[in-house]
Amino acid sequence: MPEKFDVIVVGAGPAGTSCAYTCAKSGLNVLLIERGEYPGSKNVMGGVLYRKQMEEIIPEFWKEAPLERPVIEQRFWMMDKESVVSFGYKGLEWGMEPYNNFTVLRAHFDQWFARKAVEAGALLINETVVLECLVENGKVIGVRTDRPDGDILADVVVLADGVNSLLSKQLGFHKEFRPDEVALTVMEVVNLPKDKINDRFNLEENQGCTIEIFGDSTKGNLGTAFLYTNKESLNIGVGTTLSSMIKAKLKPYDLLDYLKTHPMIKPYLEGGESAEYLAHLIPEGGYRSVPRVAGNGVLVVGDAAQLVNAIHREGSNMAMSSGKMAAEAVIEAKQANDFSESSLNRYKDALYGSFIMKDLEKYKDAAHVFEKYPQYLRDYVPMMNRAASKFFTVDGTPKRDKQKEIMRNMTSERGKFGMLQDIYRAWKAVK
Amino acid sequence: MSTKNIEEKQYLLRFKCDTKSHLTVLDHDVCMTQCPDKLCTVFCPAEVYKWEGLRMQVGYEGCHECGSCRIGCPYQNIKWEYPKGGHGIVFRLA
Ligand SMILES: Cc1cc2nc3c(=O)[nH]c(=O)nc-3n(C[C@H](O)[C@H](O)[C@H](O)COP(=O)(O)OP(=O)(O)OC[C@H]3O[C@@H](n4cnc5c(N)ncnc54)[C@H](O)[C@@H]3O)c2cc1C
Ligand code: SF4
Ligand code: SF4
Repeated sequence: MPEKFDVIVVGAGPAGTSCAYTCAKSGLNVLLIERGEYPGSKNVMGGVLYRKQMEEIIPEFWKEAPLERPVIEQRFWMMDKESVVSFGYKGLEWGMEPYNNFTVLRAHFDQWFARKAVEAGALLINETVVLECLVENGKVIGVRTDRPDGDILADVVVLADGVNSLLSKQLGFHKEFRPDEVALTVMEVVNLPKDKINDRFNLEENQGCTIEIFGDSTKGNLGTAFLYTNKESLNIGVGTTLSSMIKAKLKPYDLLDYLKTHPMIKPYLEGGESAEYLAHLIPEGGYRSVPRVAGNGVLVVGDAAQLVNAIHREGSNMAMSSGKMAAEAVIEAKQANDFSESSLNRYKDALYGSFIMKDLEKYKDAAHVFEKYPQYLRDYVPMMNRAASKFFTVDGTPKRDKQKEIMRNMTSERGKFGMLQDIYRAWKAVK
Repeated sequence: MSTKNIEEKQYLLRFKCDTKSHLTVLDHDVCMTQCPDKLCTVFCPAEVYKWEGLRMQVGYEGCHECGSCRIGCPYQNIKWEYPKGGHGIVFRLA
């Protein structure tokens, strides 16, 4: 007879571990299964961990979690070939409790977080692939793993198996994702001495900076790049939708090398030592791509449910919150001893009532608009750079004449009407 | 030193290789006759796929398990599984 648990969680990323931790804390018998050698060994993230959602799971986690730096400055760059228009915010309040967000290295962070779940009573088994969900009479009753005698039973199986979620596809919760629903992202960790980082980014001890880079960072394709500070390294990465990558016949690592040697970026990396290179998909289909999230005896959380806000690079926080909400639904289902879809739909209701689905709903057209109308990244970023250059160059022309000329140049490129249309469309998509 | 090409990048990584490939190109004729650009050889971030004139060579040992080839192959011509538990790529940092 296979062993039986109250709940089996598949995948020890932020979504799965939050769920396992919350279930274990309330006394449920929890099995957390991870295919990697250790949690985090398969996981990739640019690096911004949001304080709010993490704190709701482990209060004051910053006192013990392996974090890199609290982020005190966030910059946004509209980058052209030899110039950049930059804006951002730096505030010392972000460097103090309760903080705003932190940079992290996931292989370190995920191991720590999974250890917290184990301390709370969950059983973690690594190096084990869940091959399929066991289904009986339309109900998920457990999982089949690649271990000998690998069947294990549970009242509820939570699928936290990430963007590739082969398991929810197996259950028919969604079809294979399309290339425009995922972003292929590559990054490097580049080691650099602490002093150099602090000097180059104008930081002091235990202060971090993030830069989001649009425009020439993706050669005008739909996507973004980032440069984040760790304690003694930088994370630099770039990604576009897989469909854009295919259309433009881009090799992702060539794009990364283009970014690393870009004249606006190169000085930050000078003298750095590459330590790791990583590739991963980000689910970016948004609201319309969210699959079914609850069934008889089963729930889907995190990236597996496409819960990522691509416009604001939020994913790990949505993963954590959805994992926690799933746990709360499981705990209630256990009290009622009812693991049917209608009982577990508590999770779906909570999810759709939360910031997660509200934010995804708000931005549901954004990616679509930017993919369909490539002029935003391809044309407007260079246009902004030319306008800024003109405006700030002191050449004796009165400012009023300059503004007129800038407007004239801008509207001549797309036409006044075309530009107004573009602005309206973009505003509607991201407002 | 900062890496300059994909060989140098892949060299930074740790892999615990399985003896059996978790990636299978189902029909090499489809690659030959229907996919002039051999797309997987372009977008795969680890240069796993190499077209050898008649068939596709699959260097599964260097795979990041990202899933792009499963989603991006226009002919669903790649059977994609996870490597055996504990095998495949082992990220140590991010
Ligand atoms: C380059 C990049 C940059 C990003 N930057 C940010 C950022 O700055 N901030 C942010 O909040 N988000 C960011 N994200 C998104 C964020 O990383 C994800 O949203 C988040 O990791 C999702 O967590 P998860 O637990 O759902 O999935 P994952 O972290 O992917 O975890 C899934 C886990 O399941 C395991 N698994 C999968 N299948 C099986 C199976 N069959 N059996 C056993 N185990 C299995 C995997 O090994 C893995 O450990 C970024 C993503 C990428 C790729
Ligand atoms: S993308 Fe698909 S069809 Fe094209 S070469 Fe690769 S495996 Fe063959
Ligand atoms: S999963 Fe990603 S890294 Fe592996 S072969 Fe496919 S595209 Fe290449």
